[in-house]
Amino acid sequence: MQIHVNGRQMEVVKDSTIGDLLNRVNIQEKLVVVEQNQQIINKAVYNQTTLTDGDVIEIVHFVGGG
Amino acid sequence: MLMIGEKSFHSRLMLGTGKYPTFQSQKKAVQVSETEILTFAVRRMNIFDENEPNLLEELDLQQYDLLPNTAGAKTADEVVRIARLARASGLCDMIKVEVIGCEKTLLPDPFETMRASVQLLEEGFTVLTYTSDDVVLAKRLEEAGVHAIMPGASPIGSGQGIINTMNLQFIIEQSDIPVIVDAGIGSPSDAAYAMELGADGVLLNTAVSGAKDPIRMAEAMKLAVQSGRLGYEAGRIPKRMDGMKSSPDTAMIE
Repeated sequence: MQIHVNGRQMEVVKDSTIGDLLNRVNIQEKLVVVEQNQQIINKAVYNQTTLTDGDVIEIVHFVGGG
Repeated sequence: MLMIGEKSFHSRLMLGTGKYPTFQSQKKAVQVSETEILTFAVRRMNIFDENEPNLLEELDLQQYDLLPNTAGAKTADEVVRIARLARASGLCDMIKVEVIGCEKTLLPDPFETMRASVQLLEEGFTVLTYTSDDVVLAKRLEEAGVHAIMPGASPIGSGQGIINTMNLQFIIEQSDIPVIVDAGIGSPSDAAYAMELGADGVLLNTAVSGAKDPIRMAEAMKLAVQSGRLGYEAGRIPKRMDGMKSSPDTAMIE
């Protein structure tokens, strides 16, 4: 199925979770915040939160700014 | 001591973390500035480039209070979304409300700024609001309950220093909450002047990150803020229209 991650389309397998997605893009260790369809997902439930077709995911972090 | 919400700070200099030439110069400049509050922006992570360095991994976060901004937001709803994301990091509950209303001047949109500030206060954030030097808006924001007012000295990144001293003084005089002069500071004398006027603190970024030597400028800004504050507390002499001798008129040598 197709999801949108940070503005790009990505193919993921059915029933995969936010945790799987973070593993796949190799950022599980880093300090990030994840939004699924504009709902912030608590870190504690990344591995229980499944992705569905058409989901819009934003993975954000802090960058330099004033 | 500077009190913002529940927290107190020794340093009255807040430092932005954008646009440093290297991570090393940034890290060193932050150290030398002795700041206790660092600002950040919230952005999409570049997940398609694993090698992109993460700023936060370069700094020891235990030493600082983090003040994420909502830069990039054009509406109150966008501000609230960014603020919630920032707080979900678990690292901070302070937020710098910043809603740009004009691309040329980067001046804030007063209506969206007010709406966003009110909403975030309802959600329990410690709200520091970036505003223009509008005296009435500053008053209204204080009445709404924001924890600090952050009037710009001049447009963001312009380095023009304080262009409306009178408005800034009015804001400082009327405020019972901290006034942090944010944006437009170009040189140490600008920062010192803001503090001499009675500002509770100064927030700057480009003045340090864009300096020829950001590390030395960070130190200069630290000293300028301390110096300006001392001068304010000491109480400057009144200005006179004519001269007044410092040396005695008596016991002249004849």
